[in-house]
Amino acid sequence: MGAENIIFLLLFLVAFTLFFRNAAKIKRNIFLGKKVIPEGSKSARLKTMLKVALGQSKMTAKPVAGILHILVYAGFVIINLEMLEIVIDGIFGTHRIFSFAGSFYNSLIASFEVLALLVLVSCLLFFIRRNLLKLSRFRKPELNGWPRNDANFILITEVFLMSAFLIMNAADATLQQQQVQHYVQSGCFPVSSLFASLFIGLDTSTLIFIERFCWWFHIVGILVFLNYLPYSKHLHIILSFPNTYFSKLKPKGELNNMESVTREVKLMLDPEANPYASPPDSVSQIPERFGAKDIFDLNRIQLLNAYSCTECGRCTSECPANNTGKKLSPRKIMMDVRDRLEEVGKAIDKNGSNYKDEKTLLGHYISEEEILACTTCNACTQACPINIDPLSIIIELRRNLLMEESKAPAEWAGMLTNIENNGAPWQFSQADRLRWSEEN
Amino acid sequence: MSLKVKTMAEMMASGQTPEVLFWVGCAGSFDDRAKKITIAFAKILQHAQVSFAVLGSEESCTGDPAKRSGNEFLFQMQAMQNIMVLNGYEVKKIVTACPHCFNTLKNEYPALGGNYLVLHHTEFLQQLINEGRLTIKGGVFKGKRITFHDPCYLGRGNGIYEAPRELIYKLDSELVEMTNCKARGFCCGAGGAQMFKEAEKGNKEVNIERTEQALEVNPDIISTGCPFCMTMMTDGVKMKNKETQIKVYDIAELIAQANDL
Repeated sequence: MGAENIIFLLLFLVAFTLFFRNAAKIKRNIFLGKKVIPEGSKSARLKTMLKVALGQSKMTAKPVAGILHILVYAGFVIINLEMLEIVIDGIFGTHRIFSFAGSFYNSLIASFEVLALLVLVSCLLFFIRRNLLKLSRFRKPELNGWPRNDANFILITEVFLMSAFLIMNAADATLQQQQVQHYVQSGCFPVSSLFASLFIGLDTSTLIFIERFCWWFHIVGILVFLNYLPYSKHLHIILSFPNTYFSKLKPKGELNNMESVTREVKLMLDPEANPYASPPDSVSQIPERFGAKDIFDLNRIQLLNAYSCTECGRCTSECPANNTGKKLSPRKIMMDVRDRLEEVGKAIDKNGSNYKDEKTLLGHYISEEEILACTTCNACTQACPINIDPLSIIIELRRNLLMEESKAPAEWAGMLTNIENNGAPWQFSQADRLRWSEEN
Repeated sequence: MSLKVKTMAEMMASGQTPEVLFWVGCAGSFDDRAKKITIAFAKILQHAQVSFAVLGSEESCTGDPAKRSGNEFLFQMQAMQNIMVLNGYEVKKIVTACPHCFNTLKNEYPALGGNYLVLHHTEFLQQLINEGRLTIKGGVFKGKRITFHDPCYLGRGNGIYEAPRELIYKLDSELVEMTNCKARGFCCGAGGAQMFKEAEKGNKEVNIERTEQALEVNPDIISTGCPFCMTMMTDGVKMKNKETQIKVYDIAELIAQANDL
């Protein structure tokens, strides 16, 4: 084991330690939310995950982006098999340790090359789509600044990583031709051989430098990228799996029942209930806040949703409110939840777990105007490729606005009074409900 | 002329049990345009000799707009009172022409003790046809271009896309689909209690956008299956000054017209 290998091992350990520390923080942040019992059976949830996350079943609703994404995704998953070899080679100073597998190895390397090229081309196309074509979902105000840079940084990084991988192979193949010691005859290079001729005439030491540089660039790039994930929308490559596993299985139209309200309503409607009796234990606890004003009032699945969102904006591009110029953007709702959660997380890191600031999600991040514009049509939840549910968050915020703050817009207040007084949202008498049958 | 619709109370007094309860809903009871849908559907039920009853003055808002505006208290008060009435009459099967009532009764009442088999009227009509209890006369709408606007709470909300479309096929008419149809159907703008307030500031009304999408396919008729979509699309067509060329009808009205009821 030479110095090179020790450096590699250290880098590797540092990268993974850092990553797991940040992952633990994200988990802690998600656990600031309320505990929630996941819906349905484990097998039903697993099926959803396999279909939607692994199988990418919702991606092709937009065919161009969908197919390009599937290429990048397949490339990412399959090329990562190569990581195992890179790590072993890095630690033990071997070179292409798995090359003993012969033709199987060769076909693997060949497929990695083809995929690397596809990933590279897809990422370039994504970059052009995002920056040069005037696609409205990439031009919404919530993407200004960091989110747009984040997206471009991811695409550029992937282009560089794939380029390094291919250039490394080209140099390696040339070194193999020159029968340089250590560079075993192995691999099959259908893509890099296309430009390997550029390397003919270079001396061995230059070639070795190129090969080593690309090898290190590739692996260090991956380790850096791994540690970039917790700060980026790119975290979806990991969290889309648990996110779909815990996603809603019930009909989209169904909103959750608030148990805390059910208990109180049952008491109110119970003719046997003694209004002067001391409340039973279940009620005498500190009353829960109705709906959500801050991230602590949302549940853990909703917070996981926020960390899983990759800001593609398919939700927003389908949202009827957003499409007609209203402020509401379901993507922004998810981004706001994550931003607020990160803010709280950082404050806890600094000041300890009991720290509370004066800010809240509703008010400082999300305005009343935004949540009031929602038609609850479920276009956003339908469009989300990983089953994120912005609607459930909007409803929790509305519940807070109406039940805690009593801030219903005037027309709603009238509608609610009508329902309460005469059992219809309009001012008609309940006794006249059958009038229609006389009006024929 | 009275339609002679029986209430559950009358049914019970004479010792009868109807096959199905027709949940009329607030719009179906009070909105002038929606009442025509109610009448059309009741006539079809009578024509098909379905034994049905309504709750009449014992019916009350399901609580859908309360729940969606965020007032869960009022929703649950409404729901529990309705459940007491429904369970009192031992109701098993409910049909409604309103996807909002449908969704609430079907999906949100069980958690509060109300368990019923709930059908949207398009599903129920399709069943009647499949069972041979109802036949639709073609002819009136032969060759007419009909587009179907998917109500959110019927389509995406509950995955019902085919029942209304199969009924349109039965009319001998030409079903023309909008680009945004079925799971990608664009909201009319009324859901989530938006029906009961002005929209937030924007550059267009949602119903105008949806109407424009419908106009793109040059329909003779825009059909739907929701009294609130009906209001929104009718208003949209008027705003576009197309009300003389393009009519907006509920599927039940189309069937009632086809069968000359």
